[in-house]
Amino acid sequence: MLLEPYRVLDCTGQLGWLAGRILADIGADVIKIEPPGASLDAPDWRANNANKRLLSLELDSDAGRAAFLKLAAFADFLLETAPPGSARARLFDPDKLREANPKLIHVSITPFGRTGPRAQWQASDIELMAAGGAMSLAGEPDGMPLRVTAPQSNPWAASQAAVGAMVALTGRAATGRGQHVDVSAQAAIVASIAHAPASWDLIGVNPLRAGAFMTGRSVHGAVYRVFWPCQDGYLNFIIYGGIAGRRTNQALAAWMDEAGADLGVLVDFDWAKFDSTQATQDEVDAMEAPIGEFFMSITKAEFLQGAFEREMLGYPVNNVADIAHDPQLEARGFWADLAAPGGGTERHCGGPAVVDGQRLSIERPVPGPGQHSREVLAEFGFGAAEIDALIDDNVVADQ
Amino acid sequence: MTAMGQALKGLKVIEVGGYAAGPWIGKVLANYGATVIHIEARDRPDGFRLQYPPYKDGKKGINRSGCFSYFNDSKYAVTIDVKKPGGLKLARRLSDWADVLVENMRAGVIDRIGLGYQELKKTNPGLIFLSTCNMGQTGPRAATGGFGSQLSALAGFCGLTGEAGGSPQLLYGPYIDFVAALVGTPLILAALDRRRRTGEGSHIDVAQYECGAFFLAGLFYDYHANGKIVERNANVDPVAAPHNAYPCKDEEWIAASCWNDGEFKRLAEAAGHPQWAKDKRFKDPGGRRENAAALDELIGRWTAGQTADALVDTLQGAGVGAYKVNTCADLFTDPQLTHRKTWRVRKHPEIDYQAHYFPGFDLSEQPGDVTAPAPLLAQDNQLVFREFLGLSEEEYLELEENGVF
Repeated sequence: MLLEPYRVLDCTGQLGWLAGRILADIGADVIKIEPPGASLDAPDWRANNANKRLLSLELDSDAGRAAFLKLAAFADFLLETAPPGSARARLFDPDKLREANPKLIHVSITPFGRTGPRAQWQASDIELMAAGGAMSLAGEPDGMPLRVTAPQSNPWAASQAAVGAMVALTGRAATGRGQHVDVSAQAAIVASIAHAPASWDLIGVNPLRAGAFMTGRSVHGAVYRVFWPCQDGYLNFIIYGGIAGRRTNQALAAWMDEAGADLGVLVDFDWAKFDSTQATQDEVDAMEAPIGEFFMSITKAEFLQGAFEREMLGYPVNNVADIAHDPQLEARGFWADLAAPGGGTERHCGGPAVVDGQRLSIERPVPGPGQHSREVLAEFGFGAAEIDALIDDNVVADQ
Repeated sequence: MTAMGQALKGLKVIEVGGYAAGPWIGKVLANYGATVIHIEARDRPDGFRLQYPPYKDGKKGINRSGCFSYFNDSKYAVTIDVKKPGGLKLARRLSDWADVLVENMRAGVIDRIGLGYQELKKTNPGLIFLSTCNMGQTGPRAATGGFGSQLSALAGFCGLTGEAGGSPQLLYGPYIDFVAALVGTPLILAALDRRRRTGEGSHIDVAQYECGAFFLAGLFYDYHANGKIVERNANVDPVAAPHNAYPCKDEEWIAASCWNDGEFKRLAEAAGHPQWAKDKRFKDPGGRRENAAALDELIGRWTAGQTADALVDTLQGAGVGAYKVNTCADLFTDPQLTHRKTWRVRKHPEIDYQAHYFPGFDLSEQPGDVTAPAPLLAQDNQLVFREFLGLSEEEYLELEENGVF
């Protein structure tokens, strides 16, 4: 594995789960800490906590906090999402923890960062996607700002946390010292909107919701359709200009011709002369009409395969089922079938990359409540009697 | 910069490719101290230099693109034409010097140029070589080239954005490129960690399509385990209600949500309508979800006449999650982002002042920075080839005459 089994204490809530999953997938020994009795059934929990071990430990007790401090003294990383100002955040005090363990890399993942005027503001996914600028750019221009229906603030924050953790590890290799990594979900999400902020910064144009059409390409204000209904859903296809666009447009016209579709104005169309920046809306509409009709006659899967074979730009708008059955992912061994509770297997995302020809492997199925409590505590130097006492006092839960 | 220097000081990175997915990795590494060299060819510069606005004063120019500069601050830039005599050898020499190579061309292209991993590792066995492309280096559709904005549709994100039953929606820019960059960067640093222990290099094959799945991992689990297909549903949440964007004065919006009865009661009181919490349609989460349209209308009427800033202050003061829907302009005045110094303004020779994004994580001891504006095309040829690689003046002039630069 890439990472030696560095030990990671993962005390995160949903904002940070993926960070530990990424570290686990590249070889770290990630110990997820949950309170005894926590429900571990939610799909999001299971998906993001595969490949970790589980210690059921009650941090809302003196004995639990004492046990945690002992663990933190021997860990390489701590990942946590304690709300700034909370009692939990005081337990995860970066200075005190590193005083006890100078090598500790302590990663705090919070909505707005640990400090600042709004550090203690309350926010879930929708507020964070608003705060990071992403919602202002999604939705119909005359409709409301939208978030992606599946929460994205969690993976944006957690993936930047994983980068931060590894940057700090690289630093530690040189200095021998750990440090505190303070992740802001809001600031992390700003990365998702590409260079949109530069438009305001440099030319004073504030980009707004783009809807389902491409705007700003034609000097005559013509808009180009991006999402096209097809037989079983939608396709993403754009009449681009330039060389790449021309190749795609010609290939599509040839495909339509082969299929016996009505080409409309695209019969003998001179693509070499077509300039997408000079087209009027009437011209664009006339070109798009036969394309729209042709797309209504094909399926998403037919478009995916046809566009690939003809080296065209464009993809179908997939849903999770389409992706789950994509032969490309199957061929690359992307999915991992892990042992499920009660026998059988359950399917998860596999390792996030292929390294030296091998898919990064998932070493551990999703852990069950208390599954690794005893072994983890023993590895961190707790004696058998000490562990029994913690279990008797309901501070630690066993399997 | 502290006395300890930066975390990635001494790490030597070269980039081949362009646009967003590869350069974003290099930018983040550069912000924490790595020496990152962006390689282009004069007749094939990075596509972001000339293909997308904004340009300084709206005038197109090879060194005027705010799009290119946004993704390439803190780096060096060189030009190499590998087809000219000595060009390929020079590129090889640069890869021998590097610890890390990041490339984001179509699968197979870098091998055809003569800079594939198998070739480069012969002379630099410790090289960490990361390839990122749409589909990955293998599989039946490996050769697919494409834009991240469209791949975001294939990977599920566009389909999950929009009204239920309406059209999918665009996300701004190549969303998935940044997803893949963030998933790929820890792999590079983990490979470096292994190299410190074993001396081994690595080839890391990152498929952007697969990285996207990590951002939707719970949905895939739910589909595989329960057959459930989650589709776009505007701003609806399966638990919270209200949970939406609400219009304010001056075409501003806020996002707000209530996750339990207590939060809803506080929202109702803060809005001056405590009776909402007693309305039998809204008395529990199920009722609020079922009657969300009616509830959203009531809330929208309350928010419509007020500024977003006043509303979020009121709601946060009442212990209810709320935030202004920040536009790009708002991001530059947001008090929290300002506190974190998310924007670092640097002066560029042709663009003048530009605000650069600093990543979403701060390191306490080795904090990193935007160390320089983006480089001009070929700006660092002398520095990199003469000083970093140690080419003699003679060698350099010969390559120059051959048209390599």
